[in-house]
Amino acid sequence: MYSKEHKDYLKKIKLHNLLVKISQIFILVFFLVIWQFLASTERINTFIFSSPFKVFETIISLYQNDDLIHHIWVTVYETLVGFGLGCLIGITIASILWANKFLFKVFDPYLTILNSLPKVALGPIIIIWGGANATSIIIMALLISVIITIISVHQGFTNTDENKIRLMKSLGANKWQIFSKLVFPSNIGTIMSAVKVNISMSLIGVIMGEFLTSKAGIGHLIMYGSQVFNLNLIITGVFILCIVASIMYYGVVLLEKKINSKWD
Amino acid sequence: MSVLKIKDLRKTYHTKKDEILAVDNFSFELNEGEFVAIVGPSGCGKSTILQMICGLDKKSSGEIEVPLNIKIGFMPQGDSLFEWRNVLKNCLLGLELTNNVTKENKEYVLNLLKTYGLKDFIHAHPNNLSGGMRQRVSLIRTLATKPDILLLDEPFSALDYQSRLAVSDDVYKIIKKEKKSAIMVTHDISEAISMANKVIVLSNRPCTIKNIYNIELENKSTPINNRKDKKFAYYYDLIWKDIDYHV
Repeated sequence: MYSKEHKDYLKKIKLHNLLVKISQIFILVFFLVIWQFLASTERINTFIFSSPFKVFETIISLYQNDDLIHHIWVTVYETLVGFGLGCLIGITIASILWANKFLFKVFDPYLTILNSLPKVALGPIIIIWGGANATSIIIMALLISVIITIISVHQGFTNTDENKIRLMKSLGANKWQIFSKLVFPSNIGTIMSAVKVNISMSLIGVIMGEFLTSKAGIGHLIMYGSQVFNLNLIITGVFILCIVASIMYYGVVLLEKKINSKWD
Repeated sequence: MSVLKIKDLRKTYHTKKDEILAVDNFSFELNEGEFVAIVGPSGCGKSTILQMICGLDKKSSGEIEVPLNIKIGFMPQGDSLFEWRNVLKNCLLGLELTNNVTKENKEYVLNLLKTYGLKDFIHAHPNNLSGGMRQRVSLIRTLATKPDILLLDEPFSALDYQSRLAVSDDVYKIIKKEKKSAIMVTHDISEAISMANKVIVLSNRPCTIKNIYNIELENKSTPINNRKDKKFAYYYDLIWKDIDYHV
């Protein structure tokens, strides 16, 4: 049994956390209510600012007439493929550059330039070369996530504890063993944080791609909305995007937790 | 019987700006069952010597002779345990790398773990061990490959003073019990005197041998007890005066 003091302490923490949650929800509700109030009392022009109810109506009608699920699926699919490829290719290249310092030195300036280049500038080129299709959008997402993955994962790999590498060598390890038994496992944390950044990066790439060229997807809805000046559609698109982005992000966080718990 | 002979060992480092002579004219012999400590000012190249002996660093010239049947084991700075492996798997690392995880060898490692008080922690992860236990695991990991000579590179540098004393006692007993020869690099003079039969004092860069002391205490016992020996202070004073500390 705990002492009264400890119980009070636990209670205080619980109360504090509850307060945080309540405040978070309150901000959202407050925002929506004010928005709806201003719209209903016609203090703002709903043609330009839309309103929570109109967004809700738009979602329903999209769902009924316009295959909302399909649009969401296209965006999620493109993001996940770009994300998967970005992680895979990025980590592979980072490993190769770790194993071969000469190659790293040669490619270092190119990586730096590619990293600082806003990838959206490559959009038109990719579309002309790859065609106006999902492949181009995926390449866009891939490009945006792969460079930063290479850089951050490689950085992690090269920062592996020198003493541990010495130990491995003294025990007779070859380069592959040093990589697979030390460098890779000791950098799971670095890799996971790169992966977390990647899921958001890929989504940015996909939406950019869908703005430039697409037949479906959330980016397509937003772009279409802006072309026909339908603010309800644009804001609905952004709203759905918020939800999709957070679900995917928390999915990765969950994955990270699962991997970490395996080791403790 | 000598298990290691070093003659005129020399090491130069090359940097863009300069050529640095790190170790020069270093000769000595390690006999079976001996415990030799190497002390010297920090940054003088003590660790470089150990790394050359176990082949982690190339020597520039000189000879390192090890009889064919003698194996060398290295214990790195800190404990360098892999957090993602449990205690047993950490200890089996060396055997795993050389494809020697046989039933017999595994039994040997398990026995070491049991003998040295880690029986209940075989499947624990390093995070859950005390500093002293981690050090013992690190030593057993090195012992697992059955080396004849142990090279210890500032093995206790990550520990606080109290545990440092206790752990050096521990490690010393294990090394003696397993009848290994050892070379330990340290910057701690009292640690060197309390553990070693022989203390090699190195000069500042380029690092050469300044003096070799045979430690002859009146009642040679475990490291902690050795610190209370009458002649302990005598050796401490001698070595202290030998080392050029620039404060």
